[in-house]
Amino acid sequence: MNSRRDPVAHAVLLIGAFMFIAPMWLLFAGSTQDSASIARGDLSFLPGHEGFGAYARALSGPVPRMLLISFGMALAIAVGKIIISVLSAFAVAFFRFPGRQVAFWLIFITLMLPVEVRIIPTYSVMAGLGLINTFTGLWLPLIASATATLLFRQVFVAIPDELVEAARMDGAGPLRFLWDIVLPVSGANIAALFVILFIYGWNQYLWPLLVATNPRLDTIVIGIVKLIAVETETDWSAVMATAMLALLPPVVVVVLMQRWFVAGLTEGEK
Amino acid sequence: MAVLELAGLRKNFGATEVLRQIDLSLASGEMLVIVGASGCGKSTLLRMIAGLETPSAGRISLDGRDITSVDPSARDIAMVFQNYALYPHMTVFENMSYGLRIRGLLREDIARRVDEAAALLGLSEFLSRKPRQLSGGQRQRVAMGRAIVREPKLFLFDEPLSNLDATLRVRTRAEIRRLQRRLGVTSLFVTHDQVEAMTLGDRLLVLHQGRPAQLATPMEVFESPADTYVAGFIGAPAMNFLPAVLTDSGTAAKLEAGPLLRFAGGRRDGAEGMALTIGVRPEHIRINPEGLPLRIDLVEPLGSETLVHGRLAAPGEANIVVKLTGKAPEGEVLNIEFPPELMHVFDGGTGLRLA
Repeated sequence: MNSRRDPVAHAVLLIGAFMFIAPMWLLFAGSTQDSASIARGDLSFLPGHEGFGAYARALSGPVPRMLLISFGMALAIAVGKIIISVLSAFAVAFFRFPGRQVAFWLIFITLMLPVEVRIIPTYSVMAGLGLINTFTGLWLPLIASATATLLFRQVFVAIPDELVEAARMDGAGPLRFLWDIVLPVSGANIAALFVILFIYGWNQYLWPLLVATNPRLDTIVIGIVKLIAVETETDWSAVMATAMLALLPPVVVVVLMQRWFVAGLTEGEK
Repeated sequence: MAVLELAGLRKNFGATEVLRQIDLSLASGEMLVIVGASGCGKSTLLRMIAGLETPSAGRISLDGRDITSVDPSARDIAMVFQNYALYPHMTVFENMSYGLRIRGLLREDIARRVDEAAALLGLSEFLSRKPRQLSGGQRQRVAMGRAIVREPKLFLFDEPLSNLDATLRVRTRAEIRRLQRRLGVTSLFVTHDQVEAMTLGDRLLVLHQGRPAQLATPMEVFESPADTYVAGFIGAPAMNFLPAVLTDSGTAAKLEAGPLLRFAGGRRDGAEGMALTIGVRPEHIRINPEGLPLRIDLVEPLGSETLVHGRLAAPGEANIVVKLTGKAPEGEVLNIEFPPELMHVFDGGTGLRLA
């Protein structure tokens, strides 16, 4: 290790940190200033004198419900994606069956088709199922994940053959093997992926906008956009306070899960 | 009574024949060691018996029951893997009891069996540890314990000592042998290490390129190897081989290097002038001032013994290793002779032993 102070490295790191933190800071500072001056473009880099009034205004409206909807949707997407991709990766990694390669490539190809590309047919399927304007409709079409399937496949393929064989000789059937051996051994990877998928779900915009027109199903991301009113005067500090609130759950998830997957990483014997 | 019986067992991977025609029967309580160089098919054979690999032909039966196509877990066979294959997220207790739990044994029975096995293996104080908190030797014992608690009809060992350091390997080798005798479980032990093979086995099966080269007790294999492969494989340092021809109507071999060696064990069948390979173990070569001159190119003192490597300064210039008790010889030339009563005679073409 080089303990010498390297001014260039420091400068680069400071610039990087600044670029990440500045928007957050500006958001926070704005949330404590009065809306009129923000609307004029006088957004100060220092916190204003309004205190946390904007937060109280935000929380008194539909924001708590929106946070709940978003949290439920992100959780359902993350958990659903993990369940589906663990099961399909398990099949692809551990079983020899006809059409296995075909199935694998079909999954692989869907990597090239993000939500936006297949959004119209997805909408029509959801409409056919009567899931428009339902909570289920918000998350159900988003739970298939080629990325997660491929990642889990890599993790599973790395499990030593001898471990698989030892479990076979111990008499563990496929599902038992999945539950008792594969899942605990891949705990750290599942935790890491959960974080990524939760944030992916939390940040969904286009699909919830399309599938749910009922304001009771608005997610927080959509809620922020709706707060920016067109005809009336926008309460900018409330918008910023809401955005701050919208940031919190993903941060909490990252912090909590990080502890868990770091523990998983150090415990795991790889 | 035979516990394990293999009849005409074969395995092909595509067009490659990995094992051809293995017939074997193991007596109750016997420890049979399957030994061979890597790629000889020994692990495949073991995995077929375990049920992890399907034979291309042939039949496996255990205690009279045909298990050729029985699921691995229903075969009443336990296996100790080379890398131990311990479940990393489970404690020692959980590792040892996992198979029993799946079989639905009563909690008390499981605890009793695991405790007994742990006591036998000196693992009692480690039952709540995870594998990563154990040393290599301890992990190896856990892997043994996992096999023991199953109380199987047959133990399979797949090179279980190859990941241990030298000292521990010698100790564990002896432990395995003691344990196997004490439990009286019929066992198959696969190894590429000829010392392990010699020390552990009641009988050895030497595999060479997928076929059984010799099946006999360790001493028989050592004293009368069936062919030049077995002769060169068993014993360290390896046996010296010298080209020769059959002469004096089958009663002697004329070495290419010069001397005529009269057979101690009677005449060998074969045409006059037939090509032979004479094998002499390094420890059997004697010093004789009138013998063949060996140009020494390397001396390796081992403490109680000394290995002398050199080339015969005679026609053929064969490389020879001599094992001498005592100190290294002085000078650059060592005069040696091959004692006729301790030499092995092989067919120069097929490599098979000429009795």
